[in-house]
Amino acid sequence: MSPTILLPALLGFSMLAYMQGKKRALSLAVQGKQTGRTLHSQPGYYGMLIGICCVLPALCIFAFWMCFADSILTAAALGTLPDAMQDLSPDKMNLLVNDLRNLVAGHVAARDIDPVLEQAAGQYLGMQQMADNALAVVMFGTALFTASFSYMKIRPEMRARNHVERIIQLVLICCSTIAILTTVGIVLSVLFESIRFFQHIPVTDFLFGTKWSPQMAMRADQAGSSGTFGAVPVLAGTFMISGIALSVAVPLGLMSAVYLSEYAGARVRAWAKPIMEILAGVPTVVYGFFAALVVAPFVRQSGELFGLGVSSESALAAGLVMGIMIIPFVSSLSDDVLNAVPQAMRDGSYGLGATKSETIVNVVIPAALPGIVGGVLLAASRAIGETMIVVMAAGMSANLTANPLQAVTTVTVQIVTLLVGDQEFDSPKTLVAFALGLLLFIVTLILNVVALYIVRRYREEYE
Amino acid sequence: MDTITESSMDLINRNISKRYRRERWFRRCGLGAVLLSIGFLGLLFAAIISNGWSAFWQTEVLLDVHFDQELFAVDSLAAVNYGALVKKAMRSRFPEVKGRSDKRNLYKLISTGAAFTLQEMVRKDSSLIGTSQSIWLPADDEVDMFMKGNVNRDLPENERRLNDKQIGWIDSLIAEKQLEKKFNVTFFTAGDSREPELAGIRGALVGSFFTLAVTLLLSFPVGVATAVYLEEFAPKNRWTDLVEVNINNLAAVPSIVFGLLGLAVFLNVFGMPRSAPLVGGLVLTLMTLPTIIIASRASLKSVPPSIREAALGVGASKMQAITHHVLPLAMPGMMTGTIIGMAQALGETAPLLMIGMVAFIVDVPGAVTDPSTVLPVQIYLWADSPERAFVERTSAAIMVLLAFLISMNAVAVFLRKRFERRW
Repeated sequence: MSPTILLPALLGFSMLAYMQGKKRALSLAVQGKQTGRTLHSQPGYYGMLIGICCVLPALCIFAFWMCFADSILTAAALGTLPDAMQDLSPDKMNLLVNDLRNLVAGHVAARDIDPVLEQAAGQYLGMQQMADNALAVVMFGTALFTASFSYMKIRPEMRARNHVERIIQLVLICCSTIAILTTVGIVLSVLFESIRFFQHIPVTDFLFGTKWSPQMAMRADQAGSSGTFGAVPVLAGTFMISGIALSVAVPLGLMSAVYLSEYAGARVRAWAKPIMEILAGVPTVVYGFFAALVVAPFVRQSGELFGLGVSSESALAAGLVMGIMIIPFVSSLSDDVLNAVPQAMRDGSYGLGATKSETIVNVVIPAALPGIVGGVLLAASRAIGETMIVVMAAGMSANLTANPLQAVTTVTVQIVTLLVGDQEFDSPKTLVAFALGLLLFIVTLILNVVALYIVRRYREEYE
Repeated sequence: MDTITESSMDLINRNISKRYRRERWFRRCGLGAVLLSIGFLGLLFAAIISNGWSAFWQTEVLLDVHFDQELFAVDSLAAVNYGALVKKAMRSRFPEVKGRSDKRNLYKLISTGAAFTLQEMVRKDSSLIGTSQSIWLPADDEVDMFMKGNVNRDLPENERRLNDKQIGWIDSLIAEKQLEKKFNVTFFTAGDSREPELAGIRGALVGSFFTLAVTLLLSFPVGVATAVYLEEFAPKNRWTDLVEVNINNLAAVPSIVFGLLGLAVFLNVFGMPRSAPLVGGLVLTLMTLPTIIIASRASLKSVPPSIREAALGVGASKMQAITHHVLPLAMPGMMTGTIIGMAQALGETAPLLMIGMVAFIVDVPGAVTDPSTVLPVQIYLWADSPERAFVERTSAAIMVLLAFLISMNAVAVFLRKRFERRW
């Protein structure tokens, strides 16, 4: 039986268990009328209890097997190989495992296949077949056992509702820990691979090196083989593009927020705000295409008009489009904080004879400044982590330059180029992507924490 | 004394027009910023639509194809040389063309997909063999571009993709009404292809559907459960604080980092298949969970405590009060948040590149474990292709994507308007 049918089948089975349990509880209730033993809970709860008892243990077995089936089966299949193939170097072993996986998945290998390996693959498939059947038997055996066990235990005094509610609450708690597990998963996955990278390349070389050329030699004697992994040009490119984006988005976003919250009438606001929110809802791949199709040629042509040589993948084009993308972040966050400034402060300023703009510039914005700074920091973290626009519109060449008309590269572009396609997880060339990811995660985390802290502190001040 | 008062009044009066001017200027700046932002949006849409609308039409050629009995004298229908049928039809349409290179140029006018069209026709109806039929067949993408006015015939011949003779043949076909633009069905029914005229978004759409289905199935229950726990049950302690801080931070983690997580954990540790919508859905679930949790909590918060108290007062347990009364009232808000989260997930590209959904896949996926791609990744792949014809297809795919996103958001807005209750 294939694993995909198992789950619906189990669900159907538990529905059956639910109905049986409910029926039994109902019959107990009828009997109870004569004997005076009334049910503790409504009959449905008895059914639910049995249904849960039927599903949960079987589901645990299923999840466990799904997680570890592949590694167990691969190890078993490799165990059948002759001894000479058992103690190969880790590299060759990896290759072997890969071949085996390909054979199992039915992909045609380009090279001639070792008959021994083919046999092992056959073994794997046979074992998989057997294991799938065994899994089905074990799962339904368990389900049947637990369901009938709990069915036998149904008594009118049984506190079925309390049991069910406790189980539901446990499930709720498990769900809420997923957020923490995700964070832990992110940190661990990036950290482990980064540590493996730093075993090859010292941390200082990575953080302070000024040359980025993530190449690894295919052979040991290859000329120009050693790659250099200095992240400075990549970081410089990231900050330059984010800087351009912010210098577009902050003035535009802030001025729009000021206009919409202080000047515009209710009708204009009702129309303009959702339209500006659309800017945030457009997928980034669309912005990337727009940047490559419209903005980059425009920047290039206008540069040529002034006699400037503009690279076709200039930092300026990518930064401009990214700026457009983050306008709504800046404007909606600023809008919130501007609205939170108490009206009394404005009235005080008007009373002294200030015009509206003088009030805004001298009173409202200074009062809202912490919140605005928080919003800008959030927008900056968004810009630094943005991927598709820069992948499509910024370049790959790691230039350490301050000229926005040249091509630069960013952290996210490098992660994508290093990890798309085939990877080998023992080469610094692949592992460096995780080190960059770690860097990205830390930088954006700091920005977010600081920004959220500032925004929260600010809100408390006026509440 | 008088003179001083007068001079300060003068000062104010002299400045007042300057201050009003500055006021007007400031106001116009604000309006300008709003208009500029909206203008960018308009420019974006205009650029996409003006590039993309033409992709919904595709040039086709009317050819008299003779299904020659001799060619079908082979063992199976699949082994028939259908390309030869097409070439023969082209030769009989232009009998004056002689010479190898001219003939080769003539054949270039018709798509390589024409042979597959014929194969499909014969497979469906074998009685065609031996007859002659007038059939509309797809033209090559260069011809298509020419028909759509993207090839300038005034350029010198060596700067064009079509030479003078080819343009002459095209003109004669147009004059006989044998070359027309028809609605591009292929675009909606085909998978990806290296040939622009044969490429479609069906594979990507189905891939997106599977990915979103996995995401929805996982993220909605888990998100709602988390929100219910945090809002209704959780005691105020360090643990719940930690969970909350985590959720807020996850909402702002760059999406590509989730891709790294998927690559390292789902693919490398658990050995899940690459390029599969299942893994894509898992990654997007983790990414959209914070959105759904935050929206669901806000929605639970807006249900007034009197509802809970009334339920508890007539003897419901806490769980019953929540499942029977609070959840149904909070459901519209939760659905709105979920739809918005799904819209985000639909537009997401970067994390899916990390888990290998960027491969060139021709087949339409049939299950969540089949290798597939999704619509935004398809857009990314086409945007990288050099052919001019892919530019309009990219734009058209973007139009489809935006149409989906806009309708999802419209549903969310509708739900909010229709079911929102002010207590």
